[in-house]
Amino acid sequence: MAEILYKIALFLILLSTGGFIVYIIKQQKKVFKLSYMILFVGFIFHTLFLAHQYYTLGAAPVINLKSTLSFFSWCIIGVYLIFQLRFGLMVLGSFVAPLAAILMIISTAIPGMEFAVKPMLKSAWLTVHVGTIFIGDGIFAITFMAAIMYLIQERHIKKKTRGSFYSRLPSLETLDSINHYSLMYGFPFLTLGMVSGAIYAQYALGSYWRWDPKEVWSLITWLSYAVLLHERLAVGWRGRRAALLSIVCFFILIFTFIGGSLWLSDYHSFDSLGDLSG
Amino acid sequence: MTVKIVNIGMNHESAPVELRECMASTQEGVALALACMRESEWIREGLFLSTCNRVEAIYTTDNPEEAKKAVISMLSRLGNIAEEHFISNIYIYEDAEALKHIFRVASSLDSMVVGEPQILGQIKEAYHQAAVTEKTSGVILNRLMHRAFHVAKRVKTETGISEAAVSISDAAVELAKKIFYGLKGRQVLLIGAGEMAELAARHLIGNGVNSLIVANRSFDKAIQVADLFNGKAVFFEEIESYILEVDIVITSTASMDFVVTHDLVKNSLRKRRNRPLFFIDIAVPRDVDPSVNDLENVYLYDIDDLKEVVKENTEQRKEEALKAERIVQEEVIRFERWLKTLDVVPTIISLKDKIDSLRKAEMEKSISALGDLTPSQLKAIEALTASLADKIINDPILVLKSKADRRSKDVYLDVTRKLFSLDKDNNKRT
Repeated sequence: MAEILYKIALFLILLSTGGFIVYIIKQQKKVFKLSYMILFVGFIFHTLFLAHQYYTLGAAPVINLKSTLSFFSWCIIGVYLIFQLRFGLMVLGSFVAPLAAILMIISTAIPGMEFAVKPMLKSAWLTVHVGTIFIGDGIFAITFMAAIMYLIQERHIKKKTRGSFYSRLPSLETLDSINHYSLMYGFPFLTLGMVSGAIYAQYALGSYWRWDPKEVWSLITWLSYAVLLHERLAVGWRGRRAALLSIVCFFILIFTFIGGSLWLSDYHSFDSLGDLSG
Repeated sequence: MTVKIVNIGMNHESAPVELRECMASTQEGVALALACMRESEWIREGLFLSTCNRVEAIYTTDNPEEAKKAVISMLSRLGNIAEEHFISNIYIYEDAEALKHIFRVASSLDSMVVGEPQILGQIKEAYHQAAVTEKTSGVILNRLMHRAFHVAKRVKTETGISEAAVSISDAAVELAKKIFYGLKGRQVLLIGAGEMAELAARHLIGNGVNSLIVANRSFDKAIQVADLFNGKAVFFEEIESYILEVDIVITSTASMDFVVTHDLVKNSLRKRRNRPLFFIDIAVPRDVDPSVNDLENVYLYDIDDLKEVVKENTEQRKEEALKAERIVQEEVIRFERWLKTLDVVPTIISLKDKIDSLRKAEMEKSISALGDLTPSQLKAIEALTASLADKIINDPILVLKSKADRRSKDVYLDVTRKLFSLDKDNNKRT
């Protein structure tokens, strides 16, 4: 059952990614509409899959890298679907869908391991902690993509080259404001995720903060985004500089996520998630 | 005799502006033209389009010569101008040529500014007046106009013909739209008042820019230009403080040195909170220090850069135009094929009529011989004869339809009419 739901979701996401790529080349609106619809249906199947996982595991399906990547991809797509309604920027899909698709493919390629879910993970706090963090991460993925689009477009205009992306990408101000708003929306989720994580740790492990490497890196990520937000709001940074910093921030975020999960971490790592005693 | 589609008109190429002005007419004028076309016994269906750049009369007729006379005299009355004064400025297209012309007009390929979007709306209006208000268009023109709208849509979506900017001013607007999120509410500072700068300013205003500030060494001239655009004139020395407010700066002074220096712009950035600033330097020698382009959130295009944009776009547009012509040609062929199926329609109808009248006559004869019949029996006989008659002519009709766009069509029509003696039948009746 879960297997079928996942496969349908994966298929639809890959299909719509193909559609979005065709859209950016051919620029036909109906191709976009179709891709968006397919992505939306894929998202529903993915949601059903995650709900099913949640139900059978009794915990948020984020207990190993495989399931977490798929969850991350789900968040990115969800955020994109909402952003599309808000900003109506069709070309954004051609950048975001491939990112989500790549995460899905990696997730599919990782062999899944069956293991018992410890009682500690069956907590509503974990769901809140991981859920908010990943919604934040999903929104930051949009920030990241808008920054890349901005840099491409800015380069075309500054260098006066006006390549094939020039006519397809929207105005610099549009891209900058997507970067700006996604940063503003994403930051509270990240903050909430860190706070709920601390509360969860207090309940489960007896202390709010344990200087675990992943915690430290999360703090660094949070601080970098805080700096970016501050520069934007208080100092008036815009455009290229803000775009560059948001790309750096996203790399730190990814490093925290992958590195923290696989190599660095003590109890945050997926290897140890199974063994840790509550 | 088959129906001909004819198009008589004049456009910006065939006629000078004075003549086009005479012909440009109001809605009442168009109504009058349509009424003339309706009254002419030679014109079956008619449509009349009149804009400031073109006049087009489109009609179907069995007698092109007489119809042409009627339309030309109508134009003469409408424009209040003698025929010999405009006869050399009109063009007359028939059939495929007319179809092609109408499709090209609708897709804005025949416009003064190729790709401008207004013409399609004007044609739709003209069609509405002909089809709904005056009821002068019929089967052929209705379909023709719907095809024309379809062609226009295809040209718009499948080619980039309406996108590329092909003048310096267009290029400036195009670039501004790639920098700013819409031009509405933006402020423009015009430094110096050359003709080209004015033109660019006019284009920006046409695209939604709503306030213009003019700085010039001669304050008189600044006021003069500012009044032209409902703008505000300022002293040349005030440039520095106004750069803090505006979004777009157009320079075109005769100054030999840079009017806008690197430092001036750099110092303004922080106070502007890094809002993007777009310089359009039309002056030769240049007014804006080129190194300004290296500053963040500042974009500088000089006259050569803009010319480069125009050059690229012109080449691109040529390619797109070819694509558009291909679409037009394709649709002309399709429409002609449909028109040809119309030729077989009268024969099919008279074939059906003939068989049906034979059937009815035979029924009448037999009914009396059959004596008393119940209504259900009567109904059964009716159904039997009708289906028999239909089956008999079904195959001939299919063959005729399939030959509709073939050259052998006329032979088949001729044979059918002779085999079923359709023409004799008609003669007898009349």
